[in-house]
Amino acid sequence: MHVVAFTRSTPDTAAKVEVGANGQPTWGDAATVVNPWDEYALEEAILQAEATSGQATVIALGDELHNEALKHSLAMGLNAAIRVEDAALNTGDALAAASAAAAAVKKLGDVKLVICGKEAVDTGTDQHIFQMARKLGWTLLSNVSKILSVDEAAGTIRVERQIEQGKQVVSAALPAVLTVTKEINEPRYPSFIGIRKASKATIPVWSLADLAAEVPSAGVSVTGYRNLPPRDVKLEMLSGTPEEMAAKLVDLLIEEKVL
Amino acid sequence: MTTVFAFIETFKGVASPASWEAVAAAKMIAGAGGASVTALVFGENASAVASQAAQYGANAALVCEDATLAQFRLEPFAALLTALVNEHKPVAVVAVSSSRARELLAASAADTNSPMLSEVAALTVGADGKLSAERAVYAGKVISDVAVTGGGTQFVTLRSRAFKAATPDASAQAAVTTVAPALSEDQIPTKIESFEEEVGKVSLSDAAIIVSGGRAMANNPKDAPAGTADAAVWKAQDGFAHTIQPLAEALGGAVGASRAAVDAGYIPYAHQVGQTGKVVAPDLYIAAGISGAIQHQAGMRTSKVIVAINKDPEAPIFKMARFGLVGDLYAIVPAITAEVKRRLGK
Repeated sequence: MHVVAFTRSTPDTAAKVEVGANGQPTWGDAATVVNPWDEYALEEAILQAEATSGQATVIALGDELHNEALKHSLAMGLNAAIRVEDAALNTGDALAAASAAAAAVKKLGDVKLVICGKEAVDTGTDQHIFQMARKLGWTLLSNVSKILSVDEAAGTIRVERQIEQGKQVVSAALPAVLTVTKEINEPRYPSFIGIRKASKATIPVWSLADLAAEVPSAGVSVTGYRNLPPRDVKLEMLSGTPEEMAAKLVDLLIEEKVL
Repeated sequence: MTTVFAFIETFKGVASPASWEAVAAAKMIAGAGGASVTALVFGENASAVASQAAQYGANAALVCEDATLAQFRLEPFAALLTALVNEHKPVAVVAVSSSRARELLAASAADTNSPMLSEVAALTVGADGKLSAERAVYAGKVISDVAVTGGGTQFVTLRSRAFKAATPDASAQAAVTTVAPALSEDQIPTKIESFEEEVGKVSLSDAAIIVSGGRAMANNPKDAPAGTADAAVWKAQDGFAHTIQPLAEALGGAVGASRAAVDAGYIPYAHQVGQTGKVVAPDLYIAAGISGAIQHQAGMRTSKVIVAINKDPEAPIFKMARFGLVGDLYAIVPAITAEVKRRLGK
């Protein structure tokens, strides 16, 4: 079975991100990492491809920054990487990105399963994943914590999903787009040989013309970025015994109308 | 006659209280252009929930109680929403951002090639009726301004607790119309085989009060039972259960945790607040034994009042706090719990 995972490079989790002089978010010299949620998707793509003697392809949308995440994916063991880049995708419109992502999956031809991390931490959304599933016309299964079985011949998949109220077992028709949660696996570290191989890989770049994709006209644009307003608080330190501090704190919290 | 749709999320026939925030935001959008608010309620007990929506400000409701909609599945819900959007051409569709609402609105926006603003913290209606919004990006470290530039129905999911629900008016009524489902069971590609409900789970994103524990939970003065494989883990787990949880219960709040506590195995991931956990904005956030790493701050910095309890007076968490208590959380937290019980009679 041919499995596709999506990924992107995002600033290191511990990095300070702020708006730079050019109005764009910047994280200084901090490194980028694979979008933390995608590690589970990449690992699961490898496992599912291996289990069916198939192949796993990783795709990223965006500029060269995302080659880092793609190389990490190759080093983990995905078989091929593709980057989709086009000026028409730079508006920050999730629907345009989703349409391009769907077109890239279609161009590969024989894909039965797309696996994504549950959201992108930089853009702070999962909208593009759900919209890609609709543009493909495929089943969407979100927050999958376990793939119970995949029957490529019968075209079915059974999964366990985490929903806000509990846990579901769902059977569904393939092809499907999945988002996966942390519980699904333990992502592997890239091997030394993997890293060496990945560093030499040339990653093909597809434009919208290569995809022959119609991207819906952008209905949404990012108009700017702002730094967080400073937390306007005056710290008041309480002192005394634990009991004295507790009594003072409860008084103050009632005064602040939060109790 | 123009309208704004507000999606009312239900579980087992009961509306999620956060849905009334969506009605309030829909009313704000409608008010600017003199439109009405139409509540959408799908699933069991939809008609009863629709009359409740009226009390919170809906003028009309479209309901469907078909068996295919008894439990949320994206395909039948999205097909119906898309059909209703195509028929009524609403100005906007608004929902509070739960995971199912995010899926549903994104899917229908894709089906109709419509603009969508997701997980917004603030919303503005322009003179031309087009929406612009403020949303958190880079895990809450930066704010992004986004604007609808295209035409068509505008889909919006709201960060929970970002908008205030109206005070219900018991006498208000809405015209309820029953609609037919868009898909039949044999057209739906997913079947729910089983469901295991986790009861008593307090949702972190909806909680008005959160009490969180961090790495220092391992400093529990209680001794781990002889033969415990990892005493630190036992101590921290015991502390979450018998020190943090009682305060959260006394306050009617939820239990949170730092990434350090989750990574160390002190508490399940579902409780994690921060960049790779939940982003929360309660009225009161009590951080016990949490130093306040940047990834934790990103998840809780918009809380109204932050209380920091830490042994180290230099801990970064104090820079964000309104009230600081320096000392051992295992002495201070039980004292607060006792005081809250005494004063609030809980």
